[in-house]
Amino acid sequence: MPKTLYDKLWDSHQVAERGDGTFLLYIDRHLIHEVTSPQAFEGLKIAGREPWRISSNIATPDHNVPTTDREKGIEGILDEVAKLQVKTLDKNCSDLGILQFDILDKRQGIVHVVGPEQGVTLPGMTLVCGDSHTSTHGALATLAMGIGTSEVEHVLATQCLKASKLRNMKVVIDGELSPGVTPKDVTLAVIGKIGTAGGTGFAIEYSGSVIEAMSIEGRMTVCNMSIEAGARVGLVAFDNITEEYVKNRPFTPKGDEWELALSQWIELRSDDDAHFEEIIYIDGSALKPQVTWGTSPEMVIDVDGEIPEANSESIQHALEYMNLEAGMKISDIKLDQVFIGSCTNSRIEDLRLAAKVVEGKKISSDIKRAIVVPGSGLVAEQAVEEGLDKIFVESGFEWRAPGCSMCLAMNPDQLGDGEHCASTSNRNFEGRQGYGGRTHLVSPATAAASAIEGRFVDVRELF
Amino acid sequence: MKNQYIYHSGKILPLSRDNVDTDQIIPKQFLKSIKKSGFGPNLFDAWRYEDVGYPGQDNENRPKNDSFVLNQDKYKGADILISKKNFGCGSSREHAVWSLMDYGFKVVIAESFADIFYNNCFNNGLLPVQLPEEIISQLFVLSEENKEIEIDLIEQIISCEGNKLTSFDIDPFRKQCILEGLDEIGLSLKHAEAIKEYELNRSKVAPWVFNAYE
Repeated sequence: MPKTLYDKLWDSHQVAERGDGTFLLYIDRHLIHEVTSPQAFEGLKIAGREPWRISSNIATPDHNVPTTDREKGIEGILDEVAKLQVKTLDKNCSDLGILQFDILDKRQGIVHVVGPEQGVTLPGMTLVCGDSHTSTHGALATLAMGIGTSEVEHVLATQCLKASKLRNMKVVIDGELSPGVTPKDVTLAVIGKIGTAGGTGFAIEYSGSVIEAMSIEGRMTVCNMSIEAGARVGLVAFDNITEEYVKNRPFTPKGDEWELALSQWIELRSDDDAHFEEIIYIDGSALKPQVTWGTSPEMVIDVDGEIPEANSESIQHALEYMNLEAGMKISDIKLDQVFIGSCTNSRIEDLRLAAKVVEGKKISSDIKRAIVVPGSGLVAEQAVEEGLDKIFVESGFEWRAPGCSMCLAMNPDQLGDGEHCASTSNRNFEGRQGYGGRTHLVSPATAAASAIEGRFVDVRELF
Repeated sequence: MKNQYIYHSGKILPLSRDNVDTDQIIPKQFLKSIKKSGFGPNLFDAWRYEDVGYPGQDNENRPKNDSFVLNQDKYKGADILISKKNFGCGSSREHAVWSLMDYGFKVVIAESFADIFYNNCFNNGLLPVQLPEEIISQLFVLSEENKEIEIDLIEQIISCEGNKLTSFDIDPFRKQCILEGLDEIGLSLKHAEAIKEYELNRSKVAPWVFNAYE
């Protein structure tokens, strides 16, 4: 029977049926960060259990770390509660012998940037992390999903996830993206089309000429936001682009093992006649830059669009919270802050794109703060080598140290009450980036161009 | 530990919104805790209070948003939450479930749930019940009338004043877990031999997965 990519990954990791309709799925890799792990480690200890396979676990602190004064390490965290959480991760990792890229390690970064960058995430693997954006790793044909803290404990103790099989959805994006239209615009358009619950219960496989032409960084952006469409899993088939990306990374197999791996990885694609319960088609050539106007990622429109009428309670709430009126143009929104970063858009390609847009220009005097937060220490190092940090600083951006930063604003990087922010992150929920903050999700190109103008602009005019 | 209940009767708190996300259920500043308890006073913090909340503060004396349902006398003591589509979407934070339980909610009823939140509920013994829109609408009316409803988990029935409103679906095993407070890890570890066997086989097929740290 023909199989989808998801079916293949599932079948190769199914350990046992638990007798209740759920299965034990073997987990090859488990990524850990400071926020969703302490209660899991504590639970394990209380029950007197040991981790099943230590070397499957890799940790890094990302949510709470400050993006300034990083040479101070943990002592640079001024919030005592946050500091304790990062220290707790240090202690749990050192007590159990789990490899951690700690706050002072140059490999530290956002867990979803670090995994692929290190070759910790590899095609054909199963990977979990106590973070919903784990779907990012599906870009490498990896079955990756976000889990809760109880599940973190379960995976630590059993090396398995208790799971039910998801249904298969295919999203086909054909055509060719216009200059200035990016993977972020693709994923926002998908969410706009199927809604934030459209992918609930599904694994989404992205395909079509737009995806085939896309870099791994871009595919990660698309898979990352699958969860914003309700899908825990996003996937892209293995191809030459994947092979080139994975080759020679620190954890990538070498020599004979590499050859063996490749011989298996080329099978990581859906069979031609595999069955998908749902198929969605999107014309990539027709896509315009996307901007969210509301408080749910599905509240998204084209950059030249108008704010919709309040025809539901949810839209009414959102308009009030965002202080917008139906019929306004996106370009009428005045911006206070700009954030370039997050597990969605903080990889080197994102920074290159944003730097290209701002090079030689100054950000608008209306912008109170514009920050660039690279996804990892190694992304930062690469960017510095290419002189991108200078381009950003000269145009008025602040160049920060790696972490989740203003995507969820657990650290000091936050929006003020009522401020509008052009953000390359993934969630525009009420208060997500700071109490009363108003988030507009956009691509790095749109964020950068909008920083220059102080309001949203159609970045296609610049390309 | 798990709640061990088979029959629950209580008042309903109506939260008439789609897409109630876990950032709303418990805002990020409270996720810095390394414990599972103590989140109740900050449940729906941004909607519930008129100031900015922070961990460790005296919540009793904070200005409350009187228009938010949780603060209305009418709904005092309500421990069944009803909401609309895609409840619990967004972040995987299990703190959302811990907050709802710490506050005192026993059951969450919605038109649909986000996947991760739904799993997190069962892993903590909070009962999530998914019902069609028309039944949810009836429940909103009952909450307006401040009626109590009864949820019979054994029979999978919701009733009001002895009259059956609806039955509901629940996975039989998950039902058993909630009823008996089963230890999920313990149950999975009964398959330890199968896991070891799988692992041995996988280490032959894909040895790189088992390489030690670099």
